[in-house]
Amino acid sequence: MIRRAIIAFMLLALLAASGCGSDGPAEQGDRYRVGMVFDVGGKGDKSFNDSAYRGLLNAADDFGVEHTEFEPGQDADREIGLRKLAQARYDVIIGVGFLFSDSIKKVAIDYPDIHFACVDYDVRPGEELPRNLAGLRFREEEGSFLVGVLAAMHTKTGRIGFVGGMDIPLIHKFEAGYIAGARYVTPGISVTVAYTGTTPLAFADPAKGKELALLQYGRGVDVIYHASGSTGNGVIEAARETGKFAIGVDSNQNYMAPGHVLSSMVKRVDNAVYRIIKDSYEDTFVGGVTELGLAEDGVGYAIDQHNEILVTDEMIKTVEKARSAIVAGDIEVPTD
Amino acid sequence: MSRFVRIAGALSPVAAVAVSFLVGGLVVMAIGESPLRVYAILVRGAFGSVDALGYVLFNACPLIFTGLAVAFAFRAGLFNIGGEGQLYVGAFACTWVGLRVGGLPPALVIPLLVLASAAGGALWAAGPGYLKARFGVHEVINTIMMNFIAVGLTSYLVINVFKEPGQMTPQTAEIAASGHLPRLAGALQAVGIPLSDANPLNASILIALAAVWAAWYILRRTTLGYEIRAVGLNAKAAECAGINVKRTIVLSMLISGAFAGLVATNEVMGFRHRYLDNFSAQVGFMGIAVALLGKNTPLGVLLAALLFGILNTGALEVDVFTDVPRELILVLQAVTIILVVVANEVLARRIRAREAGGAAERPVEEAA
Repeated sequence: MIRRAIIAFMLLALLAASGCGSDGPAEQGDRYRVGMVFDVGGKGDKSFNDSAYRGLLNAADDFGVEHTEFEPGQDADREIGLRKLAQARYDVIIGVGFLFSDSIKKVAIDYPDIHFACVDYDVRPGEELPRNLAGLRFREEEGSFLVGVLAAMHTKTGRIGFVGGMDIPLIHKFEAGYIAGARYVTPGISVTVAYTGTTPLAFADPAKGKELALLQYGRGVDVIYHASGSTGNGVIEAARETGKFAIGVDSNQNYMAPGHVLSSMVKRVDNAVYRIIKDSYEDTFVGGVTELGLAEDGVGYAIDQHNEILVTDEMIKTVEKARSAIVAGDIEVPTD
Repeated sequence: MSRFVRIAGALSPVAAVAVSFLVGGLVVMAIGESPLRVYAILVRGAFGSVDALGYVLFNACPLIFTGLAVAFAFRAGLFNIGGEGQLYVGAFACTWVGLRVGGLPPALVIPLLVLASAAGGALWAAGPGYLKARFGVHEVINTIMMNFIAVGLTSYLVINVFKEPGQMTPQTAEIAASGHLPRLAGALQAVGIPLSDANPLNASILIALAAVWAAWYILRRTTLGYEIRAVGLNAKAAECAGINVKRTIVLSMLISGAFAGLVATNEVMGFRHRYLDNFSAQVGFMGIAVALLGKNTPLGVLLAALLFGILNTGALEVDVFTDVPRELILVLQAVTIILVVVANEVLARRIRAREAGGAAERPVEEAA
């Protein structure tokens, strides 16, 4: 009886204490405020989401903006979370990943005086975006083409591999560009392709990534390009273990296994995010869809102290030739 | 059972929630945050405004359906953990029909889609139900396996056959507008409740309440319900009493699956108006926790789903507005669920032991 009384008392005390909480979400300081909502995998994936987060942190350093970030647990939380940020009068709200496309558009229409941006915005043919929404799209196939060239020139066995995350058109762009790049060097090259899964969780499964990579290495593949978020951490780990090579994606992942990461296809989500915050802060924000490819430095490949011994001058020369041809429009890179 | 035991038994989940909040508070403290501040934000997120309450009901709605699915089957002695697969198939059936009924009026389309949702869920539960009745194959194994098949099959169909052309997002096109369930904002504003137009709360919550009533009515007021409860308590005795156990098992699985399938009324008809691949976020499995906490009674499921709706809604607020990492919120929720279930059981047993003294153990399934 006493025990129950104590528990009941504690419950009441907690409820009472909770009710007194005063810090509302609507408190508005003088500082510019940025809200960022992450895709599956979230902060710490060392890849796609982290690239966006880096852009946010750089902007925070340069402009002194305040920021908050979170990763939704369920689909409906995407829209509800975006609305919470909008109700709290954040100045710029950024959704990271195509899964936000529908929700962010709805919320942007309801809050016309707040700036919104969506990375990898999934635009419908002929769709008009509200003026306060920027859809950021990348031509991943162009950067993938270049690392495909590197892979084909580096392989000793003549067999290269690809590990994708979720089996969707977005990731098919990486695959198609990579294969086209490899065939540009060696037309008959063998490319082994595997996808981790058909759900967004396929971007957050390093164990599966490692398993798929080990399988490919076991069959004579010696370079694997991954486009799979944090799943790729397993691919890179497999390269280190077997003494083979991996190619990173989105962020520069060369450092993750020095000497075993041939290069990384960097998708400059960080630059795009930084740009959006800067534009909004300086009041030069423009809505609409932006496409970022090689010509805009939206994608590229990474060379640094961790992989410079792997990449020969001849490889660089060929890659740069391909880059110029793509930018000039002489090479058309397939997307599927 | 004495009146006191009944009341104490009903109150034990409340006490369990309190204990779990204390333990959760320790976890928050362990990572250097103030539990009071985190709980204050959690409570503000769930109760701070009319809109917050709308989100609570919106989040509770699918859990009511999956909770009922688990509880209903449990009353027949069946452990249906296939809610996840059943709700996917229900939602897919709902969408499939919804994409094909363009010209028809809402008065026809809405009942049709509700029916399709329930039928899809029932269809997916039928197999395990039949296998259990005919061959005695354990339904836990079959419902789990059916989950995998449902997830794989719906993913394949959405991505390869029904995906909106030219889109990355693995989702279908929008269903016919005549199949959209109305949002409740307009109606509530008319009676002076200022729910904002953007709030996703929709008429599906009314269907959920009707489902709670229906589950109660079937279990307590029909012959089938009596048979289901008899089979659940002791299948052999029920058979001796002339009850067709096999038929009862199949029927209770069908009804259970239908409840799970109705999740589509909230997700497809009420909110997104499309089938989004993998939309559920474990709602089917959360239904198990909801049913346990609700002691497998329809009213208990309703209350437990509301509690989980409050936790989910409040957790999002904590997630958005504090530096408490998302992982901690998951830990907090899991601790809450475990403690609620354990403490509930421990407390109930202590009360029973104290009250009954030397009397024989009675079955728990007494209240409804």
